[in-house]
Amino acid sequence: MAQTTATSASNKIQLEVVSPDHLLLSQEVDYVSAPGVEGDFGVLPGHCHFLTTLRIGELSYRIGEETQYMSILWGFAEVNPQKVTILAEVAEKAEDIDIERAQTAVTKAEEHLERGGLPSEVEEARISLEKARLRQKIAERHQQARNPHA
Amino acid sequence: MASLQSLRRKISSFKNTQKITKAMKMVAAAKLKRAQDRILSARPYAHKLRDVMGNLGERANRSSHPLLAQREVKTTELLVVTSDRGLCGGFNTNILRSAAEFLAEQTTAGNPVQVSLVGRKSVDYFRRRAWTIRQEWPGVFDRLSFEHALDIGQHIVEAYNNGIFDRLYVVYNEFKSVLQQRVIVEQLLPIEALKEESGHQEAPISQGTYLYEPDEHELLNALLPKHFEVQTYRVLLESAAAEQAARMTAMDGATRNAGELIKKVTLSYNKTRQAAITKELMDIVGGAEALK
Repeated sequence: MAQTTATSASNKIQLEVVSPDHLLLSQEVDYVSAPGVEGDFGVLPGHCHFLTTLRIGELSYRIGEETQYMSILWGFAEVNPQKVTILAEVAEKAEDIDIERAQTAVTKAEEHLERGGLPSEVEEARISLEKARLRQKIAERHQQARNPHA
Repeated sequence: MASLQSLRRKISSFKNTQKITKAMKMVAAAKLKRAQDRILSARPYAHKLRDVMGNLGERANRSSHPLLAQREVKTTELLVVTSDRGLCGGFNTNILRSAAEFLAEQTTAGNPVQVSLVGRKSVDYFRRRAWTIRQEWPGVFDRLSFEHALDIGQHIVEAYNNGIFDRLYVVYNEFKSVLQQRVIVEQLLPIEALKEESGHQEAPISQGTYLYEPDEHELLNALLPKHFEVQTYRVLLESAAAEQAARMTAMDGATRNAGELIKKVTLSYNKTRQAAITKELMDIVGGAEALK
């Protein structure tokens, strides 16, 4: 095992995810996909220098055959050939998301959106709906990955 | 010599004080642990952000963004960060003294100054003095969160962009260790020296092109205020941790002093008591002798 990591080191890319209150992840991965403002982008080792802002979306990364998911709410990403740094405003790992809470949040946001109100309130409701849907989607994917036949 | 009763009263009063200082010390120790964890976990983000800023700032034109541009300094603002509560040794005194020195220096140099205040103690101090107070944020340390930093940061950036002041300094206590706090006076705006301390790991990346999305200018627009907010947050966290550390040390000292006082007064209480007993015995013996 140690040998394979040593030989494949050059084919991996270091992924670091930090949010204002902690370091979420620092790991060598094979592939990263992140939600840039102008569309999702994928990063393989040896990617050129790249700096972008992030929107609300899903971050996924692959280590070997296994893919992991994370929710990202805004932030920045810096990419260089050896390393991807994600500076997220808010980030959450799939396994930390409570799926039931996410579901109630979706229903609540939908109700709020239907009720309407001031433009700023509607905008707020739209954003929280987007956030809630994202968290729900990621949590579901995570569950499916854990037991694919359920 | 004091009466037995007054000595007894003194001892029990010292004991009560000691109980309070001991409890405060323990509370401060628990809070310190939490504050310390928070500042330690906030540092990676602040450092990463500074790295990214460094890479970008190298390429950017300084005058292209208001937060970077040096402009003619008319008014200087000082952001004073103190605690909300007292009983933490020299913590606030040190800050306020440095702040007053700084303000006096600027005034003698002929620069108009104004202050913005974080923490109830600085508000109490400056309200009674002649400096212009532009803004106050008392009571943020009870439940300190990133929202507070956001609120303060956005407000300051807005005022800066509107030309209310042209340079911003901050004075705060840095958390060095549990036993040591250091008063820091540093310039926050315009943002300068983006490159410092970042260069130890990544090699200079001049080769190859750099891709920006959406574009360089917009990225700077998004990153610079963020950087400032994160800096503000770090300053608040430093101060919160330093405050608890200072309080813990101060209360530890107070508890020890109370213990010494109790020992001293108890000794003199016992002496007085014994003298009284001896005197009474003499009286009795004298009386019995006289009856013979």
